Amino acid sequence: MGLLSDPNRRKALTGLLTRLNTPICIVCYLAGIVWFMGLAFEPFTLRTYMSENAMGSTMVEERFSSGERALSLAKEFDAHKRQARGMPVEWLVKAMQSRGLEVFTQSFSRKLPFPDENKERYMVRGTNVYGILRAPRAPRTEALVITAPCSPGNTNNQAVALLLALAQYFRNQIYWAKDIIFLVNEHDLIGTQAWLEGYHHTNITGMEYSPLQGRAGSIQAALSLELSSDVITSLDLVLEGLNGQLPNLDLANLFYAFCQKLGVLCTIQGKLQRNDWDTAEGYTHAAQTMMLMVLKQACGRSWGDHGLFLRYHIEAASVRGINSFRHYKTDATTIGRLLEGMVRKLNNLLERLHQSYFFYLLPSLSRFVSIGYYMPAFGLLAVILLLRVSFPGLCHCFSVSLQPSSPGVLTVLTPVVISHLTGVALYLLPVHLQEMAVEHFPVSETEAVVLTAIAIYTAGLALPHNTQRLLSGEGTEQGWKVLKLTALLYLAVLLGCTALINFSLGFILAVTLVPITASITPHMPKALYAVVMVLLSPAFTILYCVFIYQELIEAPVSVSEGWMLFLSVISQGILDHALYGSLVYPLLALFIYPCWLMFWNILFWN
Amino acid sequence: MAAHRCGLSLVFILIFSSLACHSSCDSLENANEDTEEKQSVSDTPREVNSDGSIAAEDLNERRGRSTDAELDRRDGTRTSEALTPAAAARDEFQEELVIRPLHSGDIYASFQFRTLWDTDFLQEGQKVSHYRLFPKSLGQVLSKFSVRELHISFTQGFWRTMQWGQPFIPSPPGAELWVWFHDTVSDVDGNWKELTNVLSGIFCASLNFIDLTNTVQPSASFKPLGLGNATDHRFLRYATLPREIVCTENLTPWKKLLPCGSKAGLAVLLKSEKLFHSSFHSQAVHIRPVCQDEQCTSKAWELRQTLNVVFDLYTAGQGKKEWSLFKMFSRTLTEACPLATSSKVYVDITDNPEGELFELSPATPLLSQAVVLGDRRTYSVFDLTRAETFGQLRSLNLLLRWKGDGGEMLRPLLHAERYVAGFGLQTGEIHTVIYNNHPYRAFPVLLMDSVPWYLQLYIHTLTVTSKSRDNKPSYIHYQPAKDRHRPHLLEMLIQLPPHSMTEVTVQFERALLKWTEYTPDPNHGFYVGSSVVSALVPSMVAMNTNFTQDQPLFSSFVPVKEESSYFVRVYTEPLLVNLPTPDFSMPYNVICLTCTVVAVGYGSFYNLLTRTFQVDEPSLPLAKRLANLIRRIRGVPLLT
Repeated sequence: MGLLSDPNRRKALTGLLTRLNTPICIVCYLAGIVWFMGLAFEPFTLRTYMSENAMGSTMVEERFSSGERALSLAKEFDAHKRQARGMPVEWLVKAMQSRGLEVFTQSFSRKLPFPDENKERYMVRGTNVYGILRAPRAPRTEALVITAPCSPGNTNNQAVALLLALAQYFRNQIYWAKDIIFLVNEHDLIGTQAWLEGYHHTNITGMEYSPLQGRAGSIQAALSLELSSDVITSLDLVLEGLNGQLPNLDLANLFYAFCQKLGVLCTIQGKLQRNDWDTAEGYTHAAQTMMLMVLKQACGRSWGDHGLFLRYHIEAASVRGINSFRHYKTDATTIGRLLEGMVRKLNNLLERLHQSYFFYLLPSLSRFVSIGYYMPAFGLLAVILLLRVSFPGLCHCFSVSLQPSSPGVLTVLTPVVISHLTGVALYLLPVHLQEMAVEHFPVSETEAVVLTAIAIYTAGLALPHNTQRLLSGEGTEQGWKVLKLTALLYLAVLLGCTALINFSLGFILAVTLVPITASITPHMPKALYAVVMVLLSPAFTILYCVFIYQELIEAPVSVSEGWMLFLSVISQGILDHALYGSLVYPLLALFIYPCWLMFWNILFWN
Repeated sequence: MAAHRCGLSLVFILIFSSLACHSSCDSLENANEDTEEKQSVSDTPREVNSDGSIAAEDLNERRGRSTDAELDRRDGTRTSEALTPAAAARDEFQEELVIRPLHSGDIYASFQFRTLWDTDFLQEGQKVSHYRLFPKSLGQVLSKFSVRELHISFTQGFWRTMQWGQPFIPSPPGAELWVWFHDTVSDVDGNWKELTNVLSGIFCASLNFIDLTNTVQPSASFKPLGLGNATDHRFLRYATLPREIVCTENLTPWKKLLPCGSKAGLAVLLKSEKLFHSSFHSQAVHIRPVCQDEQCTSKAWELRQTLNVVFDLYTAGQGKKEWSLFKMFSRTLTEACPLATSSKVYVDITDNPEGELFELSPATPLLSQAVVLGDRRTYSVFDLTRAETFGQLRSLNLLLRWKGDGGEMLRPLLHAERYVAGFGLQTGEIHTVIYNNHPYRAFPVLLMDSVPWYLQLYIHTLTVTSKSRDNKPSYIHYQPAKDRHRPHLLEMLIQLPPHSMTEVTVQFERALLKWTEYTPDPNHGFYVGSSVVSALVPSMVAMNTNFTQDQPLFSSFVPVKEESSYFVRVYTEPLLVNLPTPDFSMPYNVICLTCTVVAVGYGSFYNLLTRTFQVDEPSLPLAKRLANLIRRIRGVPLLT
């Protein structure tokens, strides 16, 4: 600080910062990207370890042996499912009752804001069936949840059957300290959402459901099970939840530890772990795994039934059985044992899972990057925005804009307000105008919503950059500087807050938004920069993410397929917001897009 | 017939004079015992044999009385004031086990041991030093702390009303203690504190964690169960410890209070390895003053030790609906406690009049009927004081074999449950749901909630709704909490409409504790004790309001005041609530450290940004300053 209180040295420092502003910014940007890519390099990451004492050293001997019975149950369940053309509620209730559980049902209904074309549903009506295994001599204060979605077609029968077989086995054991809830939910996430809202007696998404009759105290952890074949080659762990929330890392560690113990192949993001980190392929593999996690987390949707539990501070993960063409197979008994082991260790918990990390990235199941390692990558990008604020021209106008009599305030306020109104329109109109759109154009409701959104987005580009001239005539030199200053600070705050909650989203937005926003002035070649700005706008970021994601899951798509995917991603985003309260769509529509429009305004200032 | 009875009673005198020494050497007795005896004779055609003759154990009772009466007559003109300490020889001990096969296939075993102590040490100037059957450790506690009534229970597990029906004596999970002090006590809180610490030592439990922050004085929910109608709740203290874990170390001191210990009688069945291999375990001690006889001319102290246990069909019964004493307790019965005046095993066979539901062996001809919890129940009785009970093998191993299967949920007339609604760590809402399943009768219930201070209740958000209509409680007693001093106490009298669900909700905010106030495992959560629903539930059959000695113990615990209803207390489940908890680990330290660094950095930056810097001008030499002084007087421009 002595350096800064000396006026001469201070002058030298600011001089340096202003003179070398652009090179420093470029270096920061590149360093941020390189840092981020370096996170996947194994020597820079930490090995995962079990932090929770109660789950660490306690020995569990797995004795579950009725895998075969589970498979025959799966056939029975399938037959009843076909007969009932949906969830065989009565059969499930009987099956659970005969296994000594307290069984309850919950019916729910939900009208989607517009038809979901991916899953072909609009009016959703369903029933959840759940059975509670009451722990002996426990006062109903704590519970664990095992859930299996009852999916249409013949998928997931094995999961439900294994759930029932586990229930039967668990019921005969004396060692339970927490009640165990076995939940079979219909309509995947909607059912889970209805059940969770019913259990916690909240209503945040306008779901209609019947109140729950049986409860078991506060839920400590949840596992969601998805199995569609009798034998599997590997088990995939899904962690990404709603709004990019992740369960405690110990849950992943637990899964990994039992996979190791029982010799089950385990994957994350569908990718097996490789040991050759020092080769280029090994690094690429780890980087791809991590990029997949970043992309999945950034989109803020729940990638399995577990994702909705996280809002209620319930640590949850989905375990998904994958049957590919490898010759190494695992049978249902082993999966049952794996789950038994996990549940028993969770049963041993004295406290909620809290010892390990909640913010992490996983380049593989045995390696993790903690928040302390990945945050600098974002910090290096965010600091560019602050450095640009101290840019000489801008610094000067800072003091000007503080004067109340400055003519700049009004000229700045107008574009800010208009951009935000455009944002509000983008948030509200697509869903509300769908009926009108369907009447006038030959499109379906879903298409109407997506196309309205795109139309408003595009209209926003044309609309605001003319407005400030109506109020104050010619745009002044000072005016755009004040606007840029405001916009830069606004963007820095927005991205900073986003990255704290959902690092991946904040980072991806920073990568695309920072370079153009940092360099934009009205004195640039307008046509060229307009194209560049549009190509780096939030909508195009989503489009790139779609292509990268398809590339990473080894299912590359053509441009037209990519476009269709892009449209469905937008509709899914709006649906996720309406159904489960995902915040990515409102964040983009109400804050990021208006902020970007402010920079667009600067480009067309005079 | 009369001659036959006389003969029987003679036989019994011979048998029991060796066992029950107290009744034969009991020479001091009240004169009016005589009249009472006649009444009780007329009152007792309750235990009916299959062929209609009076049951033998009934005679047994009367045998004791008639000898007493004879002795009294011989004694002549004794008055009640002659009740000296020597009269403590009237102490009495009874033991009883009730086995109820439950609807769900589980089995419920309820032990009751009752010790009567014929003394009144609360009288002025009386010092009791002679103990026979009554445990001295408890007797001393009673007299030292002027306790009028004491109820303590330790429970592991939650009573599942929907599957098991009502228990004989309800208790909340964890430990519960409520005490009525004598109204001569001046420092009730001091006595209470000492008492909890002493009991903590006696029962090997953490009762010493009871302090003023979890003690309440309910105004209406807990009335004395014994003699005397004290209503001033200043002398009442009630506390629960929902977190208390009950295990062997609590069972052993409890067993030691029994006159026979666990050496003889029913107590041989109390082996901890089986008792704790169950779904529910509850043990309790209830001490209260009772009438010695119907006219209530003399008082006695009653100590009831109860132990309730439910064995699970799947974990303890291997899924087979077949229960025996040996399977349940890994012991069989071979004798009664020699000190006991009565020692009986009751098996509830109400649902099984023709033996189509289950099979009970060995069969017993003795049947008994009792009105329990609003229902007339029939019991098979095994009298352990009779040698025939044990048969050839000299051991009694009751065997119950189910034929049908139940498993459907029950609909008890009164049922309550509770949960926390909402998510996040700032606010929440406590929901208490009370069900009245009576088809056409409305009845009032008293709801008592004691909530720790760290859940700050918003009492203005209290709502009571039944059938989606507002239900205004006719009586509300609310005592707000004081941070770190006392909990919230909320008592309400709510009328439950027939066949309805009543929901009581109240919102709360979670307090941020000081960092030393967190428990060692703060992320486990904090417990809120069960709420208590007390009610007089309309009875299906006429309740028996008469006080008779030979009622089975389990049906005579709560005094019945009117015929049309019976008293039920229902405890809801305790709550586990998470409070905002700092991460007491290394990241927490890192955060603290970072915050400090940021604060220091911020301070200096702020300083730099707001301070204006000026170059310091060197001060003038002394000569120039003097010259300037003169120049100022002259009005000439100053030198610099």
